[in-house]
Amino acid sequence: MSAEKPTADNDDSWPAIEDYAIIGDCRSAALVSRYGSIDWLCWPRFDRPSIFAALLDRKQGGFWRISPVDRATIKRQYVPDSNVLETHFTNDSGTAILIDLMPGASHTSRENSLMPDHEIIRKVTCVAGEMDLQIEFCPMADYGKSKVQILQCGALGLKIHVGRGAYWLRSTVPLQITDGSARARIVLRSGESRCFSFSYTEEAPAVLRLFDSSFDERINISVTNWQTWARFASYDGDYRNEVVRSALALKLLSYAPSGAIIAAATTSLPERIGGSLNWDYRYCWLRDASFTIRALLELNYWDEAEDFLDWMLQATRITQPELRILYSVYGDQAPRERELKHLSGYQDSKPVRIGNLAREQLQLDVYGEVIDAASQFAFHGGHLDSEMQSALIGLGNYVTKNWDQPDEGIWEPRSGRQNHTHSRLLCWTAMDRLVNLSEKGMLRGAPINDYKAHSNSIRRQIEERAWNEQMQSYVSVLDGDQLDASLLLLSWYGFADAASARMRSTHQAIRQRLGTPEGLLYRYEKERIEGTFAICSFWEAEYLALGGGSLDEARQRFGQLMKYANDLGLYGEEIDARTGAALGNFPQAFTHVGLIGAALSISQREKGEQQLAHRPPAATPQDASKVTS
Amino acid sequence: MNWTSWLLSGFVATLALSTLLATSQGLGLTRMNLPYLIGTVVSPKREKAKVYGFAIHLVIGLTFSILYVLIFETTHMANWWFGGLIGLAHAVMVLTVGMSLMPGLHPRMASEQHGPNANRLLEPPGFMALNYGIQTPVSVFLAHALFGVILGSLYHLSRTI
Repeated sequence: MSAEKPTADNDDSWPAIEDYAIIGDCRSAALVSRYGSIDWLCWPRFDRPSIFAALLDRKQGGFWRISPVDRATIKRQYVPDSNVLETHFTNDSGTAILIDLMPGASHTSRENSLMPDHEIIRKVTCVAGEMDLQIEFCPMADYGKSKVQILQCGALGLKIHVGRGAYWLRSTVPLQITDGSARARIVLRSGESRCFSFSYTEEAPAVLRLFDSSFDERINISVTNWQTWARFASYDGDYRNEVVRSALALKLLSYAPSGAIIAAATTSLPERIGGSLNWDYRYCWLRDASFTIRALLELNYWDEAEDFLDWMLQATRITQPELRILYSVYGDQAPRERELKHLSGYQDSKPVRIGNLAREQLQLDVYGEVIDAASQFAFHGGHLDSEMQSALIGLGNYVTKNWDQPDEGIWEPRSGRQNHTHSRLLCWTAMDRLVNLSEKGMLRGAPINDYKAHSNSIRRQIEERAWNEQMQSYVSVLDGDQLDASLLLLSWYGFADAASARMRSTHQAIRQRLGTPEGLLYRYEKERIEGTFAICSFWEAEYLALGGGSLDEARQRFGQLMKYANDLGLYGEEIDARTGAALGNFPQAFTHVGLIGAALSISQREKGEQQLAHRPPAATPQDASKVTS
Repeated sequence: MNWTSWLLSGFVATLALSTLLATSQGLGLTRMNLPYLIGTVVSPKREKAKVYGFAIHLVIGLTFSILYVLIFETTHMANWWFGGLIGLAHAVMVLTVGMSLMPGLHPRMASEQHGPNANRLLEPPGFMALNYGIQTPVSVFLAHALFGVILGSLYHLSRTI
């Protein structure tokens, strides 16, 4: 459980980014501050307009807060191995526990019963003494742009019509409606509880939540479902709690109806407080595919891995053999980027953006990511059907024609195209995996000799032009002299042995120029206008575990990084090297995937197991029971 | 009375009504899903309820079209505009009497007075079905007018052929 921290002094103060927790139902997610306020919620799915957005504007965004009237210390935790949040408020008069969750249900359960389409359940219970609590329900539609009208619908509860949907708030507390908000102040005595259900539907008649024994049952079922899911995680190393928490966070960022996994559930949390590096991450980036599949497969989450792969190959079907950089959860093009000028931004970090301009970019690395993801799936025992094989060959053929082009590269700078080493690496990966798949008989009809020739050409180019003899390091751009952390991945994808002289000296250079004494890494050498990049730090830990350093060094680096998780084990995109605070969108799938990957590689090295099972020489196909589990 | 033409025109008109209401929902004009609303009378399983509801609504449509045809025959007027007028009157009845009776007739529908209970969890439609969206009455009026127009036109056509 977290260290104690007092409640905020006033409503206008900004919680730190790491003061947030996430709850969700694999369709949408909400961010709950440690002060009991839901400050971010978009229904019916991650990338729809918000109903609560105090995360981006304290005054105008909208929120739903349940908190003590008097100053209290706060501890919080997830119910172990679940995404059900408990916030404990304690002050001189007593202790209350607030439970927050989005009750999840399988598609079958939803089809076979009457339950709200989208729902947040909150239950506050006084467990000692008494607690004076205030409830403030202040929704604002369309990213805080429009006030809502709250309708009192008798015994049914409170209702809000917004666009094509309707929100229902039901509670066991009578709420006073004033000017688009509903409020109450209550005193709970030991043993007393109050329940709340906030739901959304675009289909009438809506299903309303009942506050009888089924309410607690719903909470218990949710806890059990999450715990059952978490138990599947096959990792049994020293970092099980961290790995399972990361897997649970990753699961929350998945979109169950399609199998997509988004980068983060938020938009425009800044990479620098007060700065303009504020992006919308509520979409699916293909560049994360290989790491994500590896994490899912090696944790034994086959269903999720298969759904994700299916989504990737289906979503990209329209544009194949060309790939976009990012997609919506249903595989549509992400919306055009625009600014929401009416919002202040988190701690005045402007602009707030929705949509993402990266959709216009060319990133050649995504081809290698998708092909490597499919290869891992196959090398672990999954089956690539003829349609998948045909799609992979199409992607491979595209790479043969375009690998020599400049592109925007993995970090998506908006400053033009260059010949990025990382993009070349992934083009080599694409060729290498297709050759391996063909040689193993898992891919039929591929022009294998063509792929081999291109694989050799790309390798030669990287070794000749991405290696800077003077710096004794690989460099970010061909013939350049700059470094970036993605060079550590040369060994992850199997291009260079982690223990090779070139990789060791590259690592040394990266640590020297991008590293901090605290064990963190910046992603590139530009002016320090943002925080250290969390996944790059995990890449370094994993690089050490892969043979770039000793096992102790890898464990030590991993241990250093553990300190930067918030009290719930969650990470944002970046970490402020000076304060350790989280920066950027939160929580970030990519970072949690990085944590899982590093933990897996450390554990595999400890046990002397094969590492990086995404290449056939090292692949350890899962047994039949795993494949079908 | 021409039974074949009643059956055909009633079937086509009911399908058109269902289609228009579903389109209205798709366009965000109303949240009302009529098959779901009707189907939950017989099943608590959401997806199955929609299938049952569609079938039941087809039967209801055919039943109501008998009334339309009887009026056509009695008044010796079977044409599109008269059918449309009957449709509007039909819509008024559905929106006022039908919707207000719904919580009493529907075994899974809650009432505004008593709220939901273990068996009744569904939101009632309210006056003119406004609970299902402010433009729901417009959709219902249009759908029933279309129902009457098609019924009147097709029945007229079948008698002139």
